[in-house]
Amino acid sequence: MDYSSLLHMREELSLLGVMIVLLIYDIFKSENGKTVFQIVALLVVAAHTFANIVPRDAFEIAGGMYTYKPIHTVLKSILNIGTLIVFMQSYSFLEQPENRIKKGEFYFLTLATLLGMYVMISAGHFLLFFIGLEMASIPMATLVVFDKYSRKSSEAGIKYILSAVFASGISVYGLSFLYASTGTLYFDDLATIITGTPLEILAFVFFSAGLFFKIALVPFHLWTADVYEGAQTNITSYLSVVSKGAAVFVLFTLSVKVFAPLAGQWKPLYYVLAVASITLANLFALRQQNLKRFLAFSSISQAGYIMLAVISGTPLGMASLVYYVLVYLFSNLAAFGVVSVVEQHTGKLTIDDYNGLYRSNPRLSFVMMLSLFSLAGIPPFVGFFSKYFVFSAAAQQGLYVLVFIALLNTIVSLFYYLKVIKAMFLTENETPAASIRSSLPLRLSLIICTAGILIIGLLGTVFETIGSMSFGL
Amino acid sequence: MQYALVILLLPLLNFLVTGLMDTRWKARVAGTISTVAIAVITLLSYVTAYEYFTTRFQDGSYQAFIPFELNWLRFTDTLQVKLGLLLDPISVMMLVVVTTVSLMVHLYSLSYMKGERGFERYYAFLSLFTFSMLGLVVATNIFQMYIFWELVGVSSYLLIGFYYTRPAAVAAAKKAFIVTRFADLFFLAGILLLSYYTQTFDFTALTSGDGRMFGTIGSLTFMGGSVLSWAMALIFIGGAGKSALFPLHIWLPDAMEGPTPVSALIHAATMVVAGVYLVARLFPVYAVQTPEVLHGIAYTGLFTALFSAVIACVQTDIKRVLAFSTISQIGFMMVGLGVSGYGAHEGLGYMASLFHLFTHAMFKALLFLGAGSVIHAVHSNSMDDMGQLRKRMPVTHLTFLVACLAIAGIPPFSGFFSKDEILAAAFHFSPPVGWILSGIAGLTAFYMFRLYYNIFWNDKPPTSRHAEHPVHESPALMTLPLIVLALITLVAGFIPFGRFVTSDRGLYTISLDWQVAASSILIALAGIGLATVLYRRNNDKPARLKLKFAGLHEAATHRFYIDEIYLFLTKKVVFNSISRPLAWFDRHIVDGFMNLLATVSNRVSVRIKGIQSGHIQQYAWVFLFATLAIAGILLFVV
Repeated sequence: MDYSSLLHMREELSLLGVMIVLLIYDIFKSENGKTVFQIVALLVVAAHTFANIVPRDAFEIAGGMYTYKPIHTVLKSILNIGTLIVFMQSYSFLEQPENRIKKGEFYFLTLATLLGMYVMISAGHFLLFFIGLEMASIPMATLVVFDKYSRKSSEAGIKYILSAVFASGISVYGLSFLYASTGTLYFDDLATIITGTPLEILAFVFFSAGLFFKIALVPFHLWTADVYEGAQTNITSYLSVVSKGAAVFVLFTLSVKVFAPLAGQWKPLYYVLAVASITLANLFALRQQNLKRFLAFSSISQAGYIMLAVISGTPLGMASLVYYVLVYLFSNLAAFGVVSVVEQHTGKLTIDDYNGLYRSNPRLSFVMMLSLFSLAGIPPFVGFFSKYFVFSAAAQQGLYVLVFIALLNTIVSLFYYLKVIKAMFLTENETPAASIRSSLPLRLSLIICTAGILIIGLLGTVFETIGSMSFGL
Repeated sequence: MQYALVILLLPLLNFLVTGLMDTRWKARVAGTISTVAIAVITLLSYVTAYEYFTTRFQDGSYQAFIPFELNWLRFTDTLQVKLGLLLDPISVMMLVVVTTVSLMVHLYSLSYMKGERGFERYYAFLSLFTFSMLGLVVATNIFQMYIFWELVGVSSYLLIGFYYTRPAAVAAAKKAFIVTRFADLFFLAGILLLSYYTQTFDFTALTSGDGRMFGTIGSLTFMGGSVLSWAMALIFIGGAGKSALFPLHIWLPDAMEGPTPVSALIHAATMVVAGVYLVARLFPVYAVQTPEVLHGIAYTGLFTALFSAVIACVQTDIKRVLAFSTISQIGFMMVGLGVSGYGAHEGLGYMASLFHLFTHAMFKALLFLGAGSVIHAVHSNSMDDMGQLRKRMPVTHLTFLVACLAIAGIPPFSGFFSKDEILAAAFHFSPPVGWILSGIAGLTAFYMFRLYYNIFWNDKPPTSRHAEHPVHESPALMTLPLIVLALITLVAGFIPFGRFVTSDRGLYTISLDWQVAASSILIALAGIGLATVLYRRNNDKPARLKLKFAGLHEAATHRFYIDEIYLFLTKKVVFNSISRPLAWFDRHIVDGFMNLLATVSNRVSVRIKGIQSGHIQQYAWVFLFATLAIAGILLFVV
């Protein structure tokens, strides 16, 4: 066998290189190197992002085990940017005395999950796909339990690993049905063989339950709130943005490519899941006081909106999905960045703690406001455009009722997003949280997110570019 | 000529910098960097103009040139919204006009606005306006123009309401915004109609001349006119709103509540001629496809010119006189466009109209800045408080006189040449129109010199003049722009304008029609003479005249009650019969629905909060159960 063809997996190899370099550097770094480690790591990851940002021509290697489409580069770049922003926001957390010794692990584990997502995205065979899925979940459990002396964090870690293993088990069980009924696990072959026998439907449901778990769609979402709350805030943000983005994308490609003959089944299923996720998550979000739980439910409902794009199953849907992930990344990471910096410096996490935050931290409050406006989908912030495109993708398929339900839910979501804004800007507070001086990387990350929120929506070319690569999926 | 993009982006950048700048910084910094930025883009505009007019003349006409274009929104393959720069003779000319006047106003304001609260805000808004106006001028398509059109409206609103602590200024800003927005509604409808049928927003495609795209739209009729005529008429209404043509002129006199340099820049030289520019931009469509709309434009312009000239004769607030004079002069430009045909000699009116736009921008800015200089010295807007200022303010006096002579149409000042061409075109179109227009020109000369004598001669008994502040000439930063603009006014008439701007972008040699010229000079002189007799010295003739025409005088002072008619229409008719039922619907049905949604959400969320228990075993059960249930439903139900 000619192994040189493996060199085509440029993104994966580059990321692997980054991981190995950081691992070795972490082990052998001098006393001096300890202080600059994070800077080096950020620069290396940024270099990796830039080096892999240009799409190539589509190809497949290893007999279709690994496939590449230009849109993969777009999505991987989006995930890279998200990871980079999360790293920037973790900077000061990792410089704290109790975590300083573990910062190498943090980078390595996070990048390992990213590599898993890469594999998931580009896989052309269910086994490779499953390896990617596991690579993306198991190190994630380690990350969730990163703060191992905190009871909440260990509880979250246990909950995460148990749920993840359970979900994987059901998923693999589904795959075994699929193999039993068709005799192959290659995506391209399956697409031609699947006809919609009961066994195949069962296989599809079991398999996709694993993905629903990863995306955290209602009713597979129950772990999220507890895990999001218990994990360290930066890891929560990674979990809610990057990990979710990859899973949604994969769900779309698998539904359209492999399970296309089952469209009659998955369309109504996704319909119900989308409605349930958006509505129930909104209803739960209304009651939350803890901002991390609040953002957890908000992210479940955002995932429901993304499902609108998945249901459409069209190139427009694909483009709007990728665009939504990009936009959601900037908006959500901005919100999480603010939450994490406030938590780190003051230990405050509830909405009431944010009362009068504007007085002491006008800039942070402003960023938070922009990100919540964007999440709520208020023009002219970028969240409006992403919702608009997702809605139009669904409306194009005639799903007007679904779009209407989603629209109604945006009103409800507006209420809880505005609750935070009201706390920050309008509620009087004699003793607001102290004025915070955040670290430079964090500030930079917030500037990037804010710029993304303000500018991307007005640049029509962004959507155009994504759209032009979404054809042919 | 890619550098032309800088002309657009620098004011935007400057707006952001001065707008977001820390207020602790010295206000001077904002003023200085804004002025420097404007100076740079003025220079760039001159370079662009020079390069365009020297290099882009090919095959007997100036070629339109798009140095930069970005595809912003795509609707269909042909219908897309682009953002770009279109350089052609009129946009290049407007670049020069806008940047020149803007530079003068920036310089002048450094002194005039000194010490005002919100100095840096003022400069930020000026930059925003300059950016928007330039964007409007260089728009490559009608949608981009509409975007900047609205931006211009916003910056005008912000600047009129600059003194936001004064209720009158706030009311005026609101009025200007609402009236122009109302007109813009028609503009938008026109754009949509036009683009729906022609499948394009592009000016280049719309005005390419072959008119292929109008095939269907021209033959469709709606209420007695073709759809194309309707679209073009609607678009013109948008222009009429911005250009304050009757009956949408009511906002402009009130807009004088803004700082005087703003009036000079926005409400005299640049923004208010946007309507003229719009018609000129689409002129081939108007002239070739819908000449009946064009004639409508001519008569609207003619009536506006007459109407506001009459009102200008009796106003006592000097800025109001200038405001009505602006409306009247815009009427002139519209007549020029309206009577023009398309092509070399037929297009005389087009050339004349834009020539007048050019000269008028300069001398009207000069008049406003001169008036500002007077107001600065006297601390009053009323001409009753003025008089005998010619010795105390020699520079202001001389430059103001130059501008008055120009607008009255006395050679060799620039206004004479451009107005003469409009008159010639009007006589060519129809002699009665020409004579009426000549009469209005006489009125113009009369009211301008009434203003001039009342400010600088006529020694009235001092009423509320500040005795403790002796009136003196304004500082050099204010007189310098006056002198520059006066010099431009002196020489601009000799620019061979027909070599640059014509309806078909070819060359046209202006030749003075001496018959028209002689009669118009005579009429102007008569107007000036009458003003001299009445107002040079303090006497009782004006009062006697006022008694004789008491009714007309009263009506004109109240601007023929147009504002009152509007108030009646809005307050009594619209509010009662439309707004009240809508408000009821909004309060009870729409809000009621929202409240229902809120109540239901709240109740349900209380009910279901138990699901999120925190027990992992239960989570696993739900997971498994949900999976099985889905499988069951998909297998046996769907």
